[in-house]
Amino acid sequence: MSAPDPLPAPPPEVAIAFTLNGVRQRASVGMGASLLELLRDGMGLTGTKYGCGEGECGACTVLVDGRSVASCLMFAVDADGRSVTTIEGLAHDPRGAALREAFVAHGAVQCGFCTPGMVVQAAQLLQRCPQPDAAQASQAIEGNLCRCTGYRKIVDAIVAAGQSLGGPAAGGPR
Amino acid sequence: MSAPGRPQALMPEPLGGEGNPLSAPGRPQAPMPEPLAGEGTPVRAAAHPGFARYLAPVRLEEALEAMARPGGATVLAGGTDLMLQLGIGRVRPAATLLNIRHVEGLEAIGDEGGELVVGTLVPVSTLLADPRVALHAPLLVLAARRFASEQIRNAATVGGNVCNASPAGDLATPLLALGAAVTLARLDGGKVRTRRLPVDGFFTGPGRTQRAADELLLALHVPKAPAGAVQRFYKGGTREGLDISSISIALAARRGDGGALHEVRLALGAVAPTPMRSPGAERLLEGVVPSAERCAAAARAAADDARPIDDVRASAWYRRELLRNMTERMLADVCA
Repeated sequence: MSAPDPLPAPPPEVAIAFTLNGVRQRASVGMGASLLELLRDGMGLTGTKYGCGEGECGACTVLVDGRSVASCLMFAVDADGRSVTTIEGLAHDPRGAALREAFVAHGAVQCGFCTPGMVVQAAQLLQRCPQPDAAQASQAIEGNLCRCTGYRKIVDAIVAAGQSLGGPAAGGPR
Repeated sequence: MSAPGRPQALMPEPLGGEGNPLSAPGRPQAPMPEPLAGEGTPVRAAAHPGFARYLAPVRLEEALEAMARPGGATVLAGGTDLMLQLGIGRVRPAATLLNIRHVEGLEAIGDEGGELVVGTLVPVSTLLADPRVALHAPLLVLAARRFASEQIRNAATVGGNVCNASPAGDLATPLLALGAAVTLARLDGGKVRTRRLPVDGFFTGPGRTQRAADELLLALHVPKAPAGAVQRFYKGGTREGLDISSISIALAARRGDGGALHEVRLALGAVAPTPMRSPGAERLLEGVVPSAERCAAAARAAADDARPIDDVRASAWYRRELLRNMTERMLADVCA
């Protein structure tokens, strides 16, 4: 835009430093910006999806210090000093790879919009419960909406991914 | 998402030992994808809700000082509610956005004699994972299980849930039923002064509490369950996960010798401007082995004490009916 800006200068942005998919990053963020905005608009990492913007759909799920969160509700300034893993960062992770193959094999992807969030959430499940049963898989994705598959194939894929990785049997900590 | 300062670039730096948290120990570090943006300028994400400055102090005194300053501070903890409330204008930005996540000592759970002290920054998911909570305050575990989704539980804090003071707040009814208290801190002449208030009476209206603008909630104090403790939780909604209560009911009591109930506290959520107790039901249940008739009468009393409204989640009529029926069912289960 070439028109002169009539607004007063915006307040200063905040400099943050964090680890993104294993790589140190620096960023300058507005105080109200979400981590999702930073990832998609700032970093160009568009694997993480903007679904509802209200934490209801799970499409924006990422891992922060190893725990899944809705990145649309996390303040980007609060990423300072933390380690963030997105769906892109799971590409070469054993659990991410097992989940990707299982999602394909089970037809767990239709439109695909929920898939990155599902995979990230499932990766966190496999971390704390390496061989989930269907009930555990289903409960773990209670915060992830899918409007295509009816969930059955997604649950099957998560269970199969756990089995393909080996590890302790179901019934561990939820 | 139409930030004026459109994203620019990043400055990747190779990492030493830090790695992908999902990589199994001992495995060779998986190669990470290249960052997509170019080099040179820091990345920007520039949504400006109107704060003049940002603070993320480590010392409690610094946090309290920011809260006491003219213009005040908006406290950021988990952010899951704040992000939404700023977005719809329900929270007006104060001068300072105060991130308290780095303040020392606010994320611990302590076992102090007769009570558990749960730090304000404890995420809700920790209530599900900590064995002391399961042992001494099972009601909190029951409520945490029905709290939003794992993604929200991992971020949302217990202190934030209490301070937001939603009439439907998932932790409010269990804390009321358990007879919990909160500690609040403020700066007074350069010194940290704390006061302790019972949760019963802390909520003064939707989104309002007795916490003053310059006070920070430090911790929840939850009395340990006594021998013979009876604790039950019900949350009404359309599905198991990620729902806001149409109503919630939390019951805590102690079953004495002979089966009589003592210290009965029945708390109700989403049926009044604040989470509330039902004096009518508690009176009918106290000190007796409730018969089926007594349980039904107590459930009617709870429905009479409630002051529900019609909203998008349920009509007042439905809330009252649900409350009466589910209270009766809960009490029948307790007395079975």
